Amino acid sequence: MVEQLAMHVHGEAWTVKELFVLPNEYIYWSIQIVMYPFMTGLVAGAFVLSSLYHVFGVQKLKEIARFSLVFSFALLPVAMMPLMLHLQQPFRGIHVMMTPHFTSAIAAFGIVFSTYASIVAAELWFVYRQHFVLTYQSLEANTSRSGMQNLWRLLFKVLTLGAMDLSHEALEKDHKAVKLLAGIGIPVACFLHGYAGFIFGSVKANALWMTPLMPVIFICSAVVSGIALCILCYVIVQEARKFMAKRKLSRWANDPNAPSYEKLQGAEKQEVMMVSDYLLYFMIAALTLELLDLIFRGYTQVKSWDILRTVIMERDFVAIFILQYALGNVLPFLMMILPGRNVRRTTIACALVLFGVFMMRWNVVIGGQAFSLSFAGFMHYHLPIIPHDAETFKEGLFGALTVIATPFVLFWFIAKVMPPFLKEESH
Amino acid sequence: MQRRDFLKNSIYVIAGASIPLSALEFLDPREVLAKNPSIHWAFLIDTHKCVGCGFCVKACKTENDIPLEANVTRTWVERYVYTKDDRRYVDSPDGALHGYTESRVDLGKGEFKEIDPENVGKAFFVPKLCNHCLAPSCTQVCPVGATYKTDDGVVLVDRKWCIGCGYCIMACPFAARFFHPVEKVADKCTFCYHRITKGLETACVNACPFGARKMCNIRDINDPVTKVILNERVGVLKDEFGTKPQAFYIGLASEVR
Amino acid sequence: MKSHVWRPLFVVILLLVGILTFRFFYVPNDFVSGEYGFMYSYHRKSNVDEWMAQPIKYRDTGKTKMHEYCGECHSEEVEIRTEDLHGTIACENCHGPALDHPNDPEKLAIDRSRETCLRCHTDLPYTTSERKRIPGIDPNDHNPGSECVECHNPHNPRLEEM
Repeated sequence: MVEQLAMHVHGEAWTVKELFVLPNEYIYWSIQIVMYPFMTGLVAGAFVLSSLYHVFGVQKLKEIARFSLVFSFALLPVAMMPLMLHLQQPFRGIHVMMTPHFTSAIAAFGIVFSTYASIVAAELWFVYRQHFVLTYQSLEANTSRSGMQNLWRLLFKVLTLGAMDLSHEALEKDHKAVKLLAGIGIPVACFLHGYAGFIFGSVKANALWMTPLMPVIFICSAVVSGIALCILCYVIVQEARKFMAKRKLSRWANDPNAPSYEKLQGAEKQEVMMVSDYLLYFMIAALTLELLDLIFRGYTQVKSWDILRTVIMERDFVAIFILQYALGNVLPFLMMILPGRNVRRTTIACALVLFGVFMMRWNVVIGGQAFSLSFAGFMHYHLPIIPHDAETFKEGLFGALTVIATPFVLFWFIAKVMPPFLKEESH
Repeated sequence: MQRRDFLKNSIYVIAGASIPLSALEFLDPREVLAKNPSIHWAFLIDTHKCVGCGFCVKACKTENDIPLEANVTRTWVERYVYTKDDRRYVDSPDGALHGYTESRVDLGKGEFKEIDPENVGKAFFVPKLCNHCLAPSCTQVCPVGATYKTDDGVVLVDRKWCIGCGYCIMACPFAARFFHPVEKVADKCTFCYHRITKGLETACVNACPFGARKMCNIRDINDPVTKVILNERVGVLKDEFGTKPQAFYIGLASEVR
Repeated sequence: MKSHVWRPLFVVILLLVGILTFRFFYVPNDFVSGEYGFMYSYHRKSNVDEWMAQPIKYRDTGKTKMHEYCGECHSEEVEIRTEDLHGTIACENCHGPALDHPNDPEKLAIDRSRETCLRCHTDLPYTTSERKRIPGIDPNDHNPGSECVECHNPHNPRLEEM
């Protein structure tokens, strides 16, 4: 009849059932599904931040804007990673683009993601076209090129797409195109993350997820996380640059036109103070919506309220109220709103905010599976730490760490082609 | 032409034209067939008759190649025990694959609850399976068109196309779906489509010694099971989700989850 | 369109054409929306036939023609079964699926285990269920460890000897 295989039911390894849980219920959507909205949130948030400069012309955000744009591009491929790691049939992942069933929110992924990727790539092209052309021309002029330099030359030639015109009119056209793309990109970025919220909010079978507020909550917290990440990374990079400027360590630091320590310090403070204001606005919005949802549930007390109350107020109390709301929202909010806000305090606050947003994703995804559809039982999630097979690696701690580490690795490579801090100012 | 004649002729023309047009409306065979395929499968469960033997679960797993030792199942039986001191216990050990051979209730995490026979108020068994809903939320959320409802009303999964995202599993309010441990795609009860389309009964209906499970073509008004569904007081599970389940229950208590 | 600003758009269009070409070859051409519309029945048409072709394991037809398949050869066992007792139990519940018996497998296993009988015959104190009408025993008291069929004829438990 049926072979005796080592029977591994997906989800069994990290689910503990308590009281009455239906036989087929497991925590099917685990850490990678927590990572996915977290990473796409960072993508959307980073892009919105960069658009604040390009569209609304907030001059003082110029430095961090370009940084955010490049980082947003490094985050893009990583947005797909958690999904590929989660799918039971990862090689069939392309089916979402081949036969998209548009009544499903996930089917939107293929179109929205491709559109967004095209916009970001195009915008980056316009921002860096001058840099591509100049680099190509200088490599071309160098008659004694090494093998490696030949490859770089070829790369930059391709990247110019043959558009070598660096006249004032041409660069003006670039600026206009950037502004247009950044403008179009904002609603697309909202869609990119709004649909992720819709994926959860539209599941009527899940009492915790089902709410029309979900897409809006997700968008607001996405922008919050994106801004916080960019502030954090920007500060880290600036500190590194300041360190090198002071000690004249790297090649660029010894260049006579390189920014001084004082100049870097001033720029850092200015950019961070400005951006953190926007962070505060979006934090207020996100928190308001989440509390609204909670208050409505507690007030209307529909059939699911008994089990949800047990999950929210008792079993997941620490994860929700201590980690997410207190540490991840209220504390950083106070830190930034109290008088005497400085760069160091803002940086710590941003780290806490990122943690808070991560906990929000965790509490939605895992929290929604913490109770049974029977409303008479619970499931507990044990994140697999030590992997003992492919599945507990992919959907365990190391899978999550791989996803987190990858954008930084990608950013390092991308920054060689599109450096976030340019010597020549194209705009 | 006189105005009167014109009006009279117009009335004749309109009346004359409306007859064939309305006949077409009435008799268009395509429309009649499309809106009313001759077969639509429905299921009937009589909870008064179920004794919790679990032969249905074993037969289903065997017929449909769901590994017996895997903790997932296309169909299962739940036990509800109400005690006289107003407590309720529900369990389904292994989905009732081995039946119910103990009076103590499984509380999960290796814990059990012994129940004094004197203390038992009402107790009954409820078999469950995929309801093959009329408006299935599971097929709505499939991103690739791998799960769907056939013309005769059965919800199936395309094993070659399913990407294993699990959205359909999360969207089913009845927990009827799971990941097949060997095929690594979504799976669920298929109403034994390979059997019913050949005039056989489903494996679970076939195995039930007490007639607690029955199946019918609800378009066949002469089928005795159809008559029960249409004439007796039957209920469905979780009606509030609006999925319009097609598995009907006799003797459904309101506390059944 | 001489301006260079259109070049990224051309790249995107090129990629799109590539994807659509790939799609033309990769996706089977029988994807349709069935009776229930795009929302509920968008699928690959040939999958329905694939499910219909799944092999049948249990052969005995069940209640309407009781034990028709098995009675062809095993008429003796079928005839002693009575409608009010074990006659309602499908043969294959204890003997496993017939598959292509008697060709393959030649003999069906007989599940003589105690657990099979206990499925119905464990005494459970549920008066509001059909369960209470089945004569039951406490498995810990009544000959624990032995097979029920050592004393009881499974085909007709009324019979005194095996």
